Amino acid sequence: MKALVCVKRVIDYNVRIRVKSDKSGVETDNVKMSMNPFDEIAVEEAVRMKEKSQIQEIVILSIGTDKSQETIRSGLAMGGDRGILVKTDKEQLEPLTVGKIIKAVSDREKPDLIILGKQAIDDDCNQTGQIVATLLEIPQATFASELKKNDDNTLEVTREVDGGLETVKVNIPCVVTTDLRLNEPRYASLPNIMKAKQKKIDVLEIGSFGVDIKDRLQVLEVNEPPERKPGIKVDDVEALVNKLKNEAKVL
Amino acid sequence: MKVLVIIEHDNETVKQSSFSTITAAKEISDSVEAIVLGQGLDSVINELKKSDHLKKIYKIDNELFKNPLAENLSNAIQKFAEGSDYTHILSPSSTFGKNMSPKLSALMDVQQISDITKIISDDTFERPIYAGNAIAKVKSSDQIKVITVRSTCFEPCALNSSVDVESLTVNLDKNNSVSFVSYDKSKSDRPELTSAKIVISGGRGMQNGENFRLLEGIADKLGAAMGASRAAVDAGFVPNDWQVGQTGKIVAPDLYIAVGISGAIQHIAGIKDSKFIACINKDEEAPIFNFSDYGLVGDLFELLPKLEEKL
Repeated sequence: MKALVCVKRVIDYNVRIRVKSDKSGVETDNVKMSMNPFDEIAVEEAVRMKEKSQIQEIVILSIGTDKSQETIRSGLAMGGDRGILVKTDKEQLEPLTVGKIIKAVSDREKPDLIILGKQAIDDDCNQTGQIVATLLEIPQATFASELKKNDDNTLEVTREVDGGLETVKVNIPCVVTTDLRLNEPRYASLPNIMKAKQKKIDVLEIGSFGVDIKDRLQVLEVNEPPERKPGIKVDDVEALVNKLKNEAKVL
Repeated sequence: MKVLVIIEHDNETVKQSSFSTITAAKEISDSVEAIVLGQGLDSVINELKKSDHLKKIYKIDNELFKNPLAENLSNAIQKFAEGSDYTHILSPSSTFGKNMSPKLSALMDVQQISDITKIISDDTFERPIYAGNAIAKVKSSDQIKVITVRSTCFEPCALNSSVDVESLTVNLDKNNSVSFVSYDKSKSDRPELTSAKIVISGGRGMQNGENFRLLEGIADKLGAAMGASRAAVDAGFVPNDWQVGQTGKIVAPDLYIAVGISGAIQHIAGIKDSKFIACINKDEEAPIFNFSDYGLVGDLFELLPKLEEKL
């Protein structure tokens, strides 16, 4: 089996987000960037499946500027075999565009499993995996918290849904999007980081795919969320309960 | 303009998020219709037909939709919508909507607008990005707008009406590439973390998993859901699915109680839409106090039993 793992370079989850003063977006200059945490879980799952000999090759795909090569390298250091960067100068692409590019890459690569995070922690769209599955007309198992490969070329996937867990069986090829509970990604060891530098990354121009990358959704402005009004400190438990009951009226 | 609302249900009752989505639809247009797909829909329809603001309900009662498989739902809804003049198609931004709606958007070749929190006009919306650390105002140029709605931002519609219902049949081949295996409802008697009115969470300050019992008693008394910070989850105190924060669950209860949680950025991102935040922490310099309406400085092991007693 061959896995295509799609990874996105995003602002590190520990960075405090700052909205630009001209409201055009959030500050990304001199900000630490990392692989989207949900995509990291996707890489980890593919590597674990390879360790169990369920997967023979792991291809790490990213779509972004040249800097996304770093993100691909961290996937290769975790255990990916080779990388593909679909290069664009555009800082942000919409999920529909990304979905079309992943579909085009999949048409060439013919992966059995396409695995990626359920959402990116920058635009929080939660769409890409579903779009890819739809365009490729293959089944999807989103928000996966457990993944089991059956002998009959199917995957049994437990999904985190509101109020519980749903299990579905999907034929291979399929798309899986990962949720938090699926696994805990490893830290790449220094030798593996060094080895990853030798692994191949193919760089393809986004223009070569014939996909219209024009945005359908125009971001008019980006604002700070409404501030919470400053709170107070209370002296004891009685005062707290009293405030919650009589002032906030939430008890 | 005409809006179609896709109703989420479990073949027995209508999810509250569906009623909130109807309210959002009404803000876009007076012409709002709904579609329900499922099997054995009588009780669902009886409940739904009371919804104010709906002009009509279409139902497709078919075993294909017994379980909400996104492949079947999106194909059927796309076929239905194709022949009509809807300008907007809205779903709740629950795991149901998140799973299904992007497929619908891909079939229609439109860019979905995810998780809207405010409607500015029929083509302009607000949606949180970076887990709510920033709010984007976006304008869609697509002919048909496919949207998911954050239900906590819209009140559920009132139920004083009697709406016409039309049954439809559907010509859809069974999708053999995916099948439903099982659904395990969470066994907890507590409400779901993401829809609870009150949430009480513990952090690293709880010191170990055993001590979360101190929160349990309070959660029982308040009918609250229980959560945890990433630090507490990483330390193995409680399971992963308790995690509240940017990479965990985003919550917006009436009251969020943070106990022994310092207030890391990624945690705050997941709770900032709560109506009221209360916290208990022994470090009065902890950032959580800057985000709390009511803060109590002190030893949680001393304060929690007192709190349980006072409730």
